Amino acid sequence: MSTTAPTLPPKRVITTKPRFSDKVFRAVVTGGGFSSLIILGLISLFLLYNGLNVFRTEGLKFITGFDWIVPLPEEGLPAQYGIGAMLYGTVVIGLIALFFAFPISVGAALFLSYYAPNWLKKPMVLVIDVMAAIPSIVFGLWGFFVLMPHAEYWAKLIHKYLGFIPIFDMPANAFSRSPFIAGLVLAIMIIPIITSISREIFAQTPLDRIQAAYALGATKWSMIKTVVFPYGRGGVVGGAMLGLGRAIGETVAVYTVLNIVFDIRIEVLLSAGGSVASMIVNKFGEANPDELKALMASGFVLFLVTLLINFLANFIINRTARE
Amino acid sequence: MSTATIPRPSKPWGVNFKQTIPDLVAAVLTVLITFAIVAYTPMKGKLAFVVVLFLVALVASAAISGIRRDRKAALNSVSTVMVYVAGLFVILPLGSILFEIIKRGIGGLSLGIFTTDMAVTASDAPLNEGGLLHAVVGTLYIVLIASVISVPIGILTALYLTEIKGKAAGTVRFFVQAMSGIPSIVAGLFIYAVWMIAFGNQYSAFAGAMALALLMIPTVARTSEEVLKLIPSDLREAGLAMGGTQWRTVAMIVIPAAQSGLITAVILGVARVAGETAPLLLTMGGADALNLNPFDGNSSAIPFYVWKNFLLGTETAVDRAWSGVLVLMIIVLIFFSLTRFISGRKGRV
Repeated sequence: MSTTAPTLPPKRVITTKPRFSDKVFRAVVTGGGFSSLIILGLISLFLLYNGLNVFRTEGLKFITGFDWIVPLPEEGLPAQYGIGAMLYGTVVIGLIALFFAFPISVGAALFLSYYAPNWLKKPMVLVIDVMAAIPSIVFGLWGFFVLMPHAEYWAKLIHKYLGFIPIFDMPANAFSRSPFIAGLVLAIMIIPIITSISREIFAQTPLDRIQAAYALGATKWSMIKTVVFPYGRGGVVGGAMLGLGRAIGETVAVYTVLNIVFDIRIEVLLSAGGSVASMIVNKFGEANPDELKALMASGFVLFLVTLLINFLANFIINRTARE
Repeated sequence: MSTATIPRPSKPWGVNFKQTIPDLVAAVLTVLITFAIVAYTPMKGKLAFVVVLFLVALVASAAISGIRRDRKAALNSVSTVMVYVAGLFVILPLGSILFEIIKRGIGGLSLGIFTTDMAVTASDAPLNEGGLLHAVVGTLYIVLIASVISVPIGILTALYLTEIKGKAAGTVRFFVQAMSGIPSIVAGLFIYAVWMIAFGNQYSAFAGAMALALLMIPTVARTSEEVLKLIPSDLREAGLAMGGTQWRTVAMIVIPAAQSGLITAVILGVARVAGETAPLLLTMGGADALNLNPFDGNSSAIPFYVWKNFLLGTETAVDRAWSGVLVLMIIVLIFFSLTRFISGRKGRV
């Protein structure tokens, strides 16, 4: 029996150096992860590049002016591009949409959170989700053929009884395809967005505070006013802004129910309004290369505005949800 | 053999029938007063009835609660009525939309429209001529190509947010959220600027698909992120403890575990873009004939078909548009129910 000293195996090297496969994996995933930033950057770059000439020649008049004149080649006159009226019209129909959609959405979110019987909650959430999935062209057709005849009648009633207020005045008897009707269609389109975000925010209200309010003898409404609203205010406002962003960018549904006129009118019941997104589709078909550049510039402005609204809205919602 | 009578559990705090009598009487009175007002004043019609009913209900509920209790109770009753009305207003439009689509679209629906295109059919030809085969094929192409482009990017973005959790994760999440708010027309303009102006290509289904892919990426990314977040980190740690690299862990454990959820994310993305119209108007050209080549030549899609027929405006064209809407809604609703079915079946992810 000979004894040999046991040979120790070489020490195992423990390293945190990632394998080659992991390096590739991390690089690919990081690359994919940044794609949204890259795409957003490319969009602004390409639209700005194409619209740059128009921005240069028109200057600030592109935002404030409201003439869109494309002269025939033989006239030899300079073209004029200004989307002031369209921007104004976009804001008007967006605000009309919010005016109708905001109270209804917040009310519906309250209904779902605190009033609805249990058997009704699930089907109603389903209804809201289906509404959010309906394509905009469907809203457009429905708005034109179904809603418009009713809405014209409502507009006539508003004009008859509230006509002394300047915005409900009517210089001509043309009630169809007005900003009022476009706003109504948009309101129906953004109700699901605002409702579902408000509902999510309301669901995060701490239960102990709700029960504390009830224990102090609050009615349901006092509880909502003193607990739910202060807690969810930011989220609801953010949801409304997301809805506004959607309304501003909506193209097809607005095009079908709005008569686009390059003029600033304060009468919301009159058949003349504007929308940047719809104007782009409206002019795109027969645009010459020069006018196309102006449309790209309009697209760039629209892109910036919606991006800004979305940034702000998401910022507010995230902050409320985290607290 | 006397059966012991088991006392029914009583709920002394519950509302008994006697206490609901005032409310019932008030409800009946509200309706009667409304009828009376509509009958004896110049306000006529369904709209007047609804408005008057709403106002009378508000006043009645406020008065009853105010008399029986106090001002706070009156306010509570008023807000209850308003909240119920808001709930009703959310349901009404969907009911009207679905009803009108079926009523107006069913007439032009037949098997024949799925086998012919509009190449040789005039806009005012009877409904049994022509069809939307070209549009269905186009939609199929663009949805498929858009998925092929956007699904890898969307899922990679989600993996970056959940698996790598890099320093920029917060920023990326923020930008993905912002990207989901891009107006669809801007996506169309962008593809036009790149694909048509910069690269000099012509209208094609592929160009439309690229525009849709831009709109689909945020939906896929956000839903996938939600799904991947639900995978317990125990699974990942188990994979790493067995000696797997991160790549193997994600590919063999995390993704298979999240499979059904990821499929839901893809279908949600498809449902989001299948009905998009605006970007297609700038990128696809809108053909009336069947075009089997997605990379060259004008082609159509169902939303484009609806759009074209709506603008034509003749009676049969409008009927065709409604049939197109009906087909489109059926497709969207099928995808929508698929997501419910898949995510509901597994129960977990």
